[in-house]
Amino acid sequence: MPSKAQIRAEAARLMALFEAQGAVPVEADILQPAGTLLDLYGEDIRARAFVTSDPLRGEMMLRPDFTVPVVQMHMQNGADPARYTYAGEVFRSQEEDVGRPREYIQVGYEIFDRADPAQADAEVFARISDALAPLNLRVAIGDIGILRAAVNGLGTTEPRRAALLRHLWRPRRFRALLDRFGGVSTLPAPRRDLLTRLQKDGVDAVMAAAQPQIGKRSAAEIAERLQRLADDAATAPVDPAAVALIDDILDVRETPEYALERLRDIAVDLPSISDALERLEQRLEALSRRGVALDQLDFEASYGRTALEYYDGFVFGFYAEGRPDLPPVATGGRYDALTRVLGQGSEIPAVGGVIRPGLLLELGGAS
Amino acid sequence: MTLKLGVPSKGRLMEKTFDWFGARGMTLSRTGGDREYAASVEGIDGVELVLLSAGEIPRELTAGRIHLGVTGTDLVREKIGDWRSRVAEISEMGFGFADLVIAVPNCWADVRILDDLDAAASAFRAEHGHRLRIATKYHRLVRNFLRDYGVADYQLVDSQGATEGTVKNETAEAIADITSSGETLRANHLRVLDDGLILRSQATLFKSHAADWSDGAKQILRELERRLGD
Repeated sequence: MPSKAQIRAEAARLMALFEAQGAVPVEADILQPAGTLLDLYGEDIRARAFVTSDPLRGEMMLRPDFTVPVVQMHMQNGADPARYTYAGEVFRSQEEDVGRPREYIQVGYEIFDRADPAQADAEVFARISDALAPLNLRVAIGDIGILRAAVNGLGTTEPRRAALLRHLWRPRRFRALLDRFGGVSTLPAPRRDLLTRLQKDGVDAVMAAAQPQIGKRSAAEIAERLQRLADDAATAPVDPAAVALIDDILDVRETPEYALERLRDIAVDLPSISDALERLEQRLEALSRRGVALDQLDFEASYGRTALEYYDGFVFGFYAEGRPDLPPVATGGRYDALTRVLGQGSEIPAVGGVIRPGLLLELGGAS
Repeated sequence: MTLKLGVPSKGRLMEKTFDWFGARGMTLSRTGGDREYAASVEGIDGVELVLLSAGEIPRELTAGRIHLGVTGTDLVREKIGDWRSRVAEISEMGFGFADLVIAVPNCWADVRILDDLDAAASAFRAEHGHRLRIATKYHRLVRNFLRDYGVADYQLVDSQGATEGTVKNETAEAIADITSSGETLRANHLRVLDDGLILRSQATLFKSHAADWSDGAKQILRELERRLGD
């Protein structure tokens, strides 16, 4: 196992490499206000981050990653376009596995650029890929934008599409909703009972039977949702063929060129993904121009859905073959939506990735 | 060498624990004055009784400062990370039954199941600008339960007591708490979700993996287990 000093030296080497390639070095506080992270990731982040508290500032978190503070910094006073690099510890609490590290060093490379997203995607990927080149890692890439586009094109009601999009990063829940909307699974009994009563007695009577009104969620909100449930029950199930198309997309696992071919085939029946495929093709071309051997990559359409839920386009990860015990040596992706959420009215296309120098050394790379 | 047995230091939980061991030929009793936390065991050699608050027994088991301990399954699962690797259940004791449940205001006619809670949380956040608050002291159990199902847009707010009152006071929209009969929930106009049962808990005798099991402690445990088996 490499020592911390060796890992630090390796991190400095990688950061210098990124700096020489035009990235501006930046820092981020270790203590981050918990509120921002909780609003972004929900309570689940508590299981993965160290929460502490300050008597005056309230709950704080030891930074679980750099992306959020770097985006915040950029949105406040960043140049446009901008390239950043950073190195430092991130902290992840582990509820189950005693053996996994609680703190480790990451080195990152991030691009904020409106001009050419495909180029930026390829640049981040190539920088990281070059830095890891001697290791012969397995590389998975994906694109969450394709699944998103598929859901947006699904022939059903807006609330159903919104529910699916909201759970894009929770594959099991997404599946359960899709099966429900597709009429594949039956409604749970309590829901059936409620719908029967709604149909028989109407919203007002159902509400009158459940008094008194307490709490902050108002009667109007309850009435609205009851109406929505009634409307949804009257909605036709999603065409099984359309559900099958989403399954087909999720099943795609090929080299990028074959994947694109298969996805184009699916797009014949699901034209809403055409733009996303166009972007995928441009990205693949940009990667190719940068000398990335496409036939060495695995394209997995469902890749990146269980990561922290801010990647919304291109995603990638580098894995040590034959070492399933190790986490990925590098990961990254596009997070345009995150800049919108943190940008207070402004947004900018952004993509980035991180390397774990400790793993890189452990696998015998560099230095 | 003695084997240290941690039991709840007061109340019905202590009495029932004493009864339970008594029915198996081991007499546990408090010694000294009413206020002195000292106790003795008769009917089995080598067992030392340690009186502790039920809430501290999981911690003492994890640290291995007691060999055995009586506490609720709810506390063990809430307080001990990866609990299966740290303690083992020796015997469920058949009392101290309590269900950890998620309850919502009864007036939420539209919310019967977790699927509804998730949808309501999404709409609530859009309407009120903050995540739907669930008051509880069982943070880990509730969070894992909601994550497994895929509920989003909620937040846990800590409540160490009078949790059922938080909804009316508008410091939370829903609660996750222990209930035995459900009466307190009903009195506070709350209703358990149809699929909102997180855990069925009861008093259980646990064994610590971290305790020192050399030097005769194992033999004493074997003898004790033989009594339990009779």
